[in-house]
Amino acid sequence: MSSAIDAIETRSKPAFNWSLWFRQIRAIFRMELEKNFLSRRSILIYVLAFLPLFPLSLLALVTPPGNEWKDFNQYSIIYSIIYNGLILRTLVFFGSAWIFMNLFRGELVDRSLHYYFLSAVRREVLVVGKYISGLVTSMILFTTTTVVAMLLLYLPHFYSQSVRYFTEGRGLGQLLTYAGITMLACLGYGAFFLVVGLFVRNPIIPALVLYGWEWLNFLLPPLLKKVSVIHYLNSLVPMPVSEGPFAVVAEPTPAWIAIPSMLLVTILVLILAAYRIRHMEIRYGSD
Amino acid sequence: MTISTNQLIVFDNVSKFYGEILGVNRVNLQIAPGITSLVGPNGAGKSTLMNLMTGLLRPTRGAISLLGIPTDQPEQLFRKVGYCTQFDSFPRGVTGREFLNSFLFVHGYDSKRVNELSQLALERVNLVEAADRKVAGYSKGMRQRIRLAQSIAHQPAVLILDEPLNGLDPMVRAETIALFRKLASEGLHLIISSHILHEVDMMSDRVVLLNNGYIVAEGNIHGVRDEMEEHPMQILIRCDDPAKLAAYVFAQDHVVEARLHEDRRGLFVKTRDADRFYLMLNHAVAEGKVSVESIAPVDDDLSAVYQYLIGTTGGSA
Repeated sequence: MSSAIDAIETRSKPAFNWSLWFRQIRAIFRMELEKNFLSRRSILIYVLAFLPLFPLSLLALVTPPGNEWKDFNQYSIIYSIIYNGLILRTLVFFGSAWIFMNLFRGELVDRSLHYYFLSAVRREVLVVGKYISGLVTSMILFTTTTVVAMLLLYLPHFYSQSVRYFTEGRGLGQLLTYAGITMLACLGYGAFFLVVGLFVRNPIIPALVLYGWEWLNFLLPPLLKKVSVIHYLNSLVPMPVSEGPFAVVAEPTPAWIAIPSMLLVTILVLILAAYRIRHMEIRYGSD
Repeated sequence: MTISTNQLIVFDNVSKFYGEILGVNRVNLQIAPGITSLVGPNGAGKSTLMNLMTGLLRPTRGAISLLGIPTDQPEQLFRKVGYCTQFDSFPRGVTGREFLNSFLFVHGYDSKRVNELSQLALERVNLVEAADRKVAGYSKGMRQRIRLAQSIAHQPAVLILDEPLNGLDPMVRAETIALFRKLASEGLHLIISSHILHEVDMMSDRVVLLNNGYIVAEGNIHGVRDEMEEHPMQILIRCDDPAKLAAYVFAQDHVVEARLHEDRRGLFVKTRDADRFYLMLNHAVAEGKVSVESIAPVDDDLSAVYQYLIGTTGGSA
């Protein structure tokens, strides 16, 4: 009965057994990815991911009255507004909330988290595996929406101009920048919501608080603006949009500060998640 | 012969409180290889002790180690420990085999070894034929067996089982007890919780009696068995024709009482000899006299037995 134990034990002796951890992360990632994409819970995320494409599809069929819709040069501004309001602040925010909070909270609700806790895996490795699965899921879905939404806005009305814009002009650069911002948003919001799901029994309330904070960011003084995800993401947007007459203007953070800052905060938040999971007890009755 | 702490499960002055509520208190215990049963009425602290042993709960005070490994090191602990909990829940949408395979992959085994180990575990619990069906469609007994398979699949040296015979029909119950005995004979530690003294009697080398979070007594099973024989045990049998079963069982001399359940889909039976009763029920099922859906001892009566065994005042370790 001990052969299987011995076989893996010899491999698990070193303090940092990277190859074992890599195999375990891959196993967790595969299980979680399947859940993220194929479970009943994922239906909501598909609906959410394709929601911004619905008005854009209508727009592709009918051009609304108004001169800006007939002016190709206006389209990068129109997309920036759609991206900011609909994709970044709504889809990516709530989509990440749903995906990442469910990574642990969903398992507590289903009463299946103990199977992970009773496996020979460091709980920190579990956090990493689950986080990566959430990241890949959200990045695939929301980056696809970002790209398709942009193409759907440009191509139907100005096909030949748009093709040139994306192949020879600034279009491709902008498209990749928006996709990159979406990925960065998944990274930052994902880490935040993962931790919220670990600490708070009803994560809806902290999600709404953060949502309000992110929306009111334009009213905050410059120092407080920096205590938000949206400030750093907005700093990277290729076509900044006006935040209205009441907005407190602040210098955008340069990309070389914004990106590493987001990554650093994400790492710190994940360390907090790992600490929390390391000390977590399973008491489904009280969860 | 002295046994080193690397071969023992050691509780060193362990207490667990849920806020103001006592889980277990001042537990000092050393468990040697073989089958040890944790016995006590519902709420005695059996599951708490098992969850503490496996790191699902953390002690408020004291320390626990299994074969010399502290419980806060799951990466080492669960190479040697398997735990079949009472939580009757599973990841969504999986088949029995996928369920076993997925967590063996999490342990770090490669595909070939995963397939070998899961097949072996399925064979041990007699679930090979249903392995590729969704767990959601399993009966309660099958779910219990697949959880058991999951806990033994990585071939642990310590196996912890929380009420492992719940929901099993008499035939599978007997097979499962035989499996436990076989595992113990291979040198495993088996820690089994039960509130059914009859099961404990059949399986255990040693018992630990718990009441109200305290260890009341520990030792050899024979002492407990002597106390039991005088006391009838009540069993609820869910079956297709309880009235017919009542007529059948009432002819047996060891059956003290047979009473229909209020919903008329079950039968309460009081017997002085549970062994003979289960044997008789097996015959009835095998002869097609009745189709049994589930069988479970009834708590009310058991608490009377515990009252008798541990006294009304409880006591401390």
